[in-house]
Amino acid sequence: MASKRFEGRAIRLGDDVNTDNIISYRYKSRTIDPRELAKHVFEDIDPELPKKIRPGDIIVAGKNFGYGSSREHAPLAIKGAGIRVILAESFARIFYRNAVNLGLLPFTVPRHFVERTRMWDHIVVDLEKGRVYNTDSGVEAAIKQPPNFMWRIVEAGGIVEYYRRHGRLPWEESQ
Amino acid sequence: MAGQTFSEKLLSIKSGKKVYAGDIVVAKVDLVYMHDGTAPLAIKVLREEFGEDRIWNPNRILFFIDHVAPSSNIDTSKLHKYMREFAKKHGIRVFEAGYGINHQVVFEEGYAVPGALIVGADSHTVTHGAVGAFATGVGSTDAAIAMMTGSLWFKVPDSLKIVLEGRLGEAVLGKDVALYLLGELGTSGANYMTLEFHGSGVKNLSLDSRLTIANMSVEMGAKNAYFPPDEIVMQHLERVGAKLPVKPVYPDPNAEYVDTITVELDKIEPLVAAPPLPSNVKHVREVEGVEVDQVFIGSCTNGRVEDFHAAARILKGRRVKDGVRCIAIPASRRVFYELLRDGTLEILVEAGCTVTHGTCGPCVGAHFGILGPDEVMVATSNRNFPGRAGDRTAKIYLANPYTAAAAAVEGKIVDPRHLLRKA
Ligand code: SF4
Repeated sequence: MASKRFEGRAIRLGDDVNTDNIISYRYKSRTIDPRELAKHVFEDIDPELPKKIRPGDIIVAGKNFGYGSSREHAPLAIKGAGIRVILAESFARIFYRNAVNLGLLPFTVPRHFVERTRMWDHIVVDLEKGRVYNTDSGVEAAIKQPPNFMWRIVEAGGIVEYYRRHGRLPWEESQ
Repeated sequence: MAGQTFSEKLLSIKSGKKVYAGDIVVAKVDLVYMHDGTAPLAIKVLREEFGEDRIWNPNRILFFIDHVAPSSNIDTSKLHKYMREFAKKHGIRVFEAGYGINHQVVFEEGYAVPGALIVGADSHTVTHGAVGAFATGVGSTDAAIAMMTGSLWFKVPDSLKIVLEGRLGEAVLGKDVALYLLGELGTSGANYMTLEFHGSGVKNLSLDSRLTIANMSVEMGAKNAYFPPDEIVMQHLERVGAKLPVKPVYPDPNAEYVDTITVELDKIEPLVAAPPLPSNVKHVREVEGVEVDQVFIGSCTNGRVEDFHAAARILKGRRVKDGVRCIAIPASRRVFYELLRDGTLEILVEAGCTVTHGTCGPCVGAHFGILGPDEVMVATSNRNFPGRAGDRTAKIYLANPYTAAAAAVEGKIVDPRHLLRKA
């Protein structure tokens, strides 16, 4: 993967942010274009939020991020908005897997890090050190990266990238 | 060797090696299905991202047009066309608008069988745990991979054992068991896990109620659910004809579970999940008097025959209150037809319900009953997030069909047992 370090403003969200919050079915049923979806990302949490989000922003959320449906439109809308890193206390299962497939970087962080982060704080993620810093509030923490198997997919930039590069899926190698 | 849970055993069979919770396996799937909300993206991923146009086996892939069905707008119609064209080219069966909601149709057409590994591009695929299948929801990229190769990787989940004892009381259905568990486990208490149901209470639960419980296991974060297949399941498969090989899998008696929860079915009363989360569970008594604008009876959670029989017990000889919309959507044409023949639909129509063919409808706020600002809906569906069924200020209370029907009659939430006793 190109970068080992990410910096950006925190999009601070709460617990149980669900897939309908991320992108409403009003849009999901009409388009599969990530840029179109991105225009409405988090709209049901705050209608102003889609306009404020900039590429490179970093999500900092509470527990069970991505709760709800299996629709990949949710991580796709996030990716379409130019967000790459998602820090959360915990993730819902299907969302986590979809995010990995799309090459997003979902990391688990401890609760105190989330609690001491405010909207738009400056966040630095250092993958080499395995740590994350909030340079505004001064809080830092260790991050937990996806298990090895999934990390290979993330590092390749997602499962599609992996396939393009290797001409096969990661688990087809040893066969 | 240690004993195996259902999921450990099934994924061992499908991957060809003995595995336990935490292991990662590549397993062969038996069935892949997706709907108009997820198939277009899966097709796009397959064609444009992977750059492939091959599929593994057209007989084991099913497409459904059920979420916005028939289409309510031109953009959705284009996505439907895209699905149909792809399906035609590859010989994939499309269950057209009006056939029914994907999970219900997969179940009632006999595609969900004991011992099958089923992936669906929809989180409520977990429904088929009710017949003893390993069924789980995946995103469109995973669905594309499964459609292309017939296999997928899985992490073998831990399992939580739920022991059901006794029998459900008056005006209580599988829905209340699901809500009870949501109250206990919260929205992520079963995250990444299998909910394995056991106990003498299982045999007292109808198949419809088991489907409801398995369906909502995903609301607790579960990867899948499992009910040990019994005669009720086998009778159902004989009636409809199994479309896949039936190979029941049962866990070993000495399997290891992360925890065991015992539920006494007799003690469960009609429950309600108040906004904004399905885990915000209350006794119906606690929310009595909340005024209601719309009632929705349907969805893959509670759109089956048992559910409409329950609603009809309340609605028979009564009227939906003036100013309240009551939308009743049998989950499939088969359910619709059965209710037509046994007179249930007549009761619903006489009472003033708006009845239509199997579609997701107001469950997901895409068409047929979208809520306006501050409106209140009592729904038999599975999610009550703000914005789920329309405006983000609208409020959704999840309940069983008795409670939903009673709310339609009274114009406010009431304990449905009052009406049953008056009947
Ligand atoms: S009825 Fe609701 S929960 Fe079920 S498949 Fe349709 S949208 Fe999803």
